[in-house]
Amino acid sequence: MTTDVEFTTAVSQQFPSAAARASLDCPAFNVPAAEAMPVLQYLRDTQGYDFLMDVTAVDWSAEQSPRFTVVWHLYSSVKHAYVRVAADCPSDAEPAMASATGLWAGADWHEREAFDMFGITFTGHPDLRRILMWDGYPYHPLRKEFPLAGLPADFHDPVITAETKTGLIAAPMAGGPFVATPGEPMGEAEPRAKDEAWNEQSPKPE
Amino acid sequence: MATDFSFPDAAAKAALPKEFEPEKMSLSMGPSHPSTHGVLRIQFELDGEVVTKADPVLGYLHRGDEKIAENMTYNQFVPYTDRLDYLAPLANNMAYAIAVERLGNLQVPARCQAIRVLTAEMARVSAHLMGLGAFGIDVGAWSVFMYCFEEREKLYTLFEELTGARFTTSYARIGGLSRDLPEGWLQKVDAFCDQFLPILEEILGLLSRNKIFLDRTVGVGVISRADAIAYGLSGPNLRGSGVANDLRKDRPYSGYEQYEFDVPVGSKGDCYDRYLCRGEEMKQSIRIIRQAVKTMPGGDWYAKDARKIFAPPKDKILTSMEELINNFMIVTEGPQMPAGEVYFEAENPKGVLGFYIVSKGGGVPWRLKIRSPSFCNLSILPKLCVGNMVSDVVSILGSLDFVMGECDR
Repeated sequence: MTTDVEFTTAVSQQFPSAAARASLDCPAFNVPAAEAMPVLQYLRDTQGYDFLMDVTAVDWSAEQSPRFTVVWHLYSSVKHAYVRVAADCPSDAEPAMASATGLWAGADWHEREAFDMFGITFTGHPDLRRILMWDGYPYHPLRKEFPLAGLPADFHDPVITAETKTGLIAAPMAGGPFVATPGEPMGEAEPRAKDEAWNEQSPKPE
Repeated sequence: MATDFSFPDAAAKAALPKEFEPEKMSLSMGPSHPSTHGVLRIQFELDGEVVTKADPVLGYLHRGDEKIAENMTYNQFVPYTDRLDYLAPLANNMAYAIAVERLGNLQVPARCQAIRVLTAEMARVSAHLMGLGAFGIDVGAWSVFMYCFEEREKLYTLFEELTGARFTTSYARIGGLSRDLPEGWLQKVDAFCDQFLPILEEILGLLSRNKIFLDRTVGVGVISRADAIAYGLSGPNLRGSGVANDLRKDRPYSGYEQYEFDVPVGSKGDCYDRYLCRGEEMKQSIRIIRQAVKTMPGGDWYAKDARKIFAPPKDKILTSMEELINNFMIVTEGPQMPAGEVYFEAENPKGVLGFYIVSKGGGVPWRLKIRSPSFCNLSILPKLCVGNMVSDVVSILGSLDFVMGECDR
């Protein structure tokens, strides 16, 4: 554990703005968005964290500000240890973060996924397109306001949309996974009740 | 081997009349091409038969697992982990269960740990058999596939006896397992190991010195050590490039430190090295399985003290009011977890499978991110394919051994 303490001290000496972040496992830091890349570079070049394992984001819901946090997980193949770096996106409406593609080529797809799922723009990314959803899909599905059942949208191909004169409809959730969100009354926590497209108030789409 | 088909003399090329300039062809490979192992699609730009640009198109198997995870309790998500790397569901179940247990700071008994290691290694053998068989077909060795599938089927029969399902096992639970080992099952596993090793030698013997196989794989799709690290590769794809990273050795979980095994490492990082690593890993997995069978501890197979996490046994539920209420609470509200965040990675057959869980307390995660090895392993394709012939791309895809269920989530 001493090494963890030494390591944390070294990082906070180098970057006074990096604050320790609550974590149940590895050392973790909260850094300002502007300092994220220098911190990551320092960790890679000086502290031996050579692997970028994961880049992802967390949406703390529309009521929270700052709303989006980008999280990097680094792994050191020398120390066999992880470190977590988190930075809040300064803007809630147009979240943006510096891209780590200059440090690790593997950041490319992770950032495309975070852009696809959360709508976070990674400045400096060479080719920021959607990766799991198709180009032109209008929503960012992992944002908290996006419902589990999905939202109506056009098909990926305008030709198919024009010919079939239909589009994607929200998934019927009746009989779907049984969910009990903590703090909510059971009847309202179920997806059948949560589903906005198909319940007692709004009838099943024909 | 990257082949350079460009004009030797750039000046001579520039002097050519316009109609002699080679025309680039656009080719879409997949999403249902036999060598793309599922629904990967790669959009190529070709100069003759040489790839000049490759753009993988993902998402054909995207089901929104991370969104689904935010909307159900921790235990309800276990069956979804089966469908990540659907060739090794037992290993996924274990990785997920350990991640949530780290969140809850929960220790499982030694027997539970040993059973998890045993089943994860069996899953590794079955996944590598599938990967090897499919690689064989990709480069034209049909019989390897048949041999592999026969052995894999024997493993699936054992899985079925253990979990009730051949593929979607859903075996692990938060804080334990769905059931204990059936009687006499360990002897059957031991018997499988006895007959498997000679057959494995035979299967590898069909390929290791096979002229056609060597021509298709040696020197093809070379991933340098630096590239492997920069792209965050893991598993046999990383070790094939000479980086001896194996979380089972480096950060042992679930009691892996008790078992003796070696980590095979490649030297050149070509398709052949990745094949050799997988072959040797199967032998090492059999070593672990034998040790686990021999030293299988007795005692509890689930965490008895985790009363708000692991449901009580059925006979207690039916006879005790308190246990009935407890079970009801676990099923409806989920295993109760503290607030906080953890990131746990396990060494799965395809590479490092990671779960990043953000919890605000209660039975449902606020955010669950799946770091899938196939996604990261495929991210090197735009770089790796360029300069190779289309037929070599087939070898490369086979040697990367990815699975789209995990890549697209």
